[in-house]
Amino acid sequence: MGRFLVRRLAQSAVVLLGVTLVVFLLLQLVPGDPVRVALGTRFEQDTYDALRERAGLDRPLPVQYLSYVGNALTGDLGVSFRSGDPVTGIVLERLPATLTLAFFAVLFALLVSFPLGILSAVKNGSVLDHVARVFSQFGVSVPDFWMGILAIILFTGVLGWLPPSGYTPLGEDPVDWFKHLVLPSVTVGLVTAAILTRFIRSSVLEAMSEDYVRTAEGKGLSPRRVVTRHVLRNALIPVVTVAAVQLASLLGGVIVIEVLFAWPGLGQLTFDAVRARDYPVLQGAVLLVAALFLLTNLLVDLLYAKLDPRISVR
Amino acid sequence: MSVTEPNAEHAGPAPTPHVSERGRVWAALRRNKPALAGLFILAVLVVAGALGPLLAPYGINEVDADHLFQGPSRDHPFGTDDAGRDVFSRVLVAARVSLLVGLVSVGIALLVGVTIGLVAGYYRGVVDNVLMRCMDVLFAFPVLLLAVAIVAVLGRGLVTAMVAIGVVYTPIFARVTRASVLSVREQVFVTAAVSTGASDWRIMRRHVLPNIAAPLIVQTSLSLAFAILSEAALSFLGLGIQPPQPSWGRMLYDGRGYVQDAWWMGLFPGLAIFLVVLAFNIVGDALRDVLDPRQLTKDEARRTA
Repeated sequence: MGRFLVRRLAQSAVVLLGVTLVVFLLLQLVPGDPVRVALGTRFEQDTYDALRERAGLDRPLPVQYLSYVGNALTGDLGVSFRSGDPVTGIVLERLPATLTLAFFAVLFALLVSFPLGILSAVKNGSVLDHVARVFSQFGVSVPDFWMGILAIILFTGVLGWLPPSGYTPLGEDPVDWFKHLVLPSVTVGLVTAAILTRFIRSSVLEAMSEDYVRTAEGKGLSPRRVVTRHVLRNALIPVVTVAAVQLASLLGGVIVIEVLFAWPGLGQLTFDAVRARDYPVLQGAVLLVAALFLLTNLLVDLLYAKLDPRISVR
Repeated sequence: MSVTEPNAEHAGPAPTPHVSERGRVWAALRRNKPALAGLFILAVLVVAGALGPLLAPYGINEVDADHLFQGPSRDHPFGTDDAGRDVFSRVLVAARVSLLVGLVSVGIALLVGVTIGLVAGYYRGVVDNVLMRCMDVLFAFPVLLLAVAIVAVLGRGLVTAMVAIGVVYTPIFARVTRASVLSVREQVFVTAAVSTGASDWRIMRRHVLPNIAAPLIVQTSLSLAFAILSEAALSFLGLGIQPPQPSWGRMLYDGRGYVQDAWWMGLFPGLAIFLVVLAFNIVGDALRDVLDPRQLTKDEARRTA
């Protein structure tokens, strides 16, 4: 486990370094002068000079990169081209909304996919199995933003139960907070549920064909006991990984849903930064999301190695 | 993470797929009803893509101020939008650009990804390590976020959207290719080819590539689905195909403001995306069942589009 841990940590560090390079290069790839592009045609020369100076764009590239990484390590991601505020603050401010959405979406997905995936595998070929398979095939194929629009048509337009978009902080009004949370998190959650259902089903099916299951059945254990004690224990280990990868990708992957529902998270921030050509904010948001993604994957791999000791020996 | 490596008997020295192999695949697809339905939808898509502008009853930007927000009717089966344009015609014509973006971007991902995976898996060692760590880096970004960032930097539009989606789906092709190459490389026929003094390039092209075709075909079909989904998302955000050219994603964005009064604007373009993506997914799954039954990584291909 010790060696595995070290190797895995080193690997993540290398990838993270690569991520900072990609994020750094984003700004360099902007055709022309990014500060000028961001400011448009009318701007104060002083503002321009200050931003260029602050971004350090006149220094050689390797120096710029090293200082970018160095600053990032101390939590300094530069300043917004628009407001002049530190990017770190702007980005972190949006994190709670995104985390909330991702958490509830995955929670919803787990509540749906666990029973559906397991029953679908155990009752392979039944009506329920067919329903589950159609659900997962449809869910994987449906554009989430389209489902969001349909949900708004139904729950806001026709039924009038829920607000179409927006966000209320939990501390202000918990009921209103929840009402705004339902549509976006269920929309995202259904797609995730489809992916997980499919994975859980195939994982359980695979475990059920193992020799130890035949042995357990041969010992005369009840089918229920075979499933709960032998099949699920083994089948659900890989599910942990997939569920966590889904969670990780939701942290930055729900741009469209956040825009659709006017949810003030990182996705919405990224979208606004793109439209305003506020490149430092874009870089900061992308870097934070990628770092969170890597961190989640790292934690999952370690957890996975703990659950299944064979992994770390590989 | 968990690319199932094809086992020995599966990756055995199967000769280049020839006619009977193709016949076997075709026969299996014909027995699979959902796959047939998927193929039918794809056929409709291709026809719409080829002939869309000829078949459309109205011009895509034919503004009609007297018929704004008309619900579906005989004259306008999908209704009209906020400028009185016929939604059916726009959905039909947008099929071409959607298909085009899908094909070109997956083509880019396929070409670059397979090359990288082939070289990494064939040479192994340092080359493998460097190339695959680069792929890991690209894999560390959520798909759509990376595509958005690339488009944001290079400028919005059709071409950059295709490049961005291509880049984003490159790592998955590299990984699938590499995993397959690693096992094929151990086969006797590769060793034999090496001993005859064949060049690396020739071995890769003649002996390795044909034997890893199956997982690549499956991955291509699934990636087409996700690429079309990604294009729709980019266009929804205003970063893909630019108006006045119609695109399904952009039409949904426009329709989103009128969900209460003109639900058809939000329904039909999305239905088109859904059906096309569903068709590519079903056909991809069916191909996997026939060609590559041990592949279990389908869900790795889509991490939230």
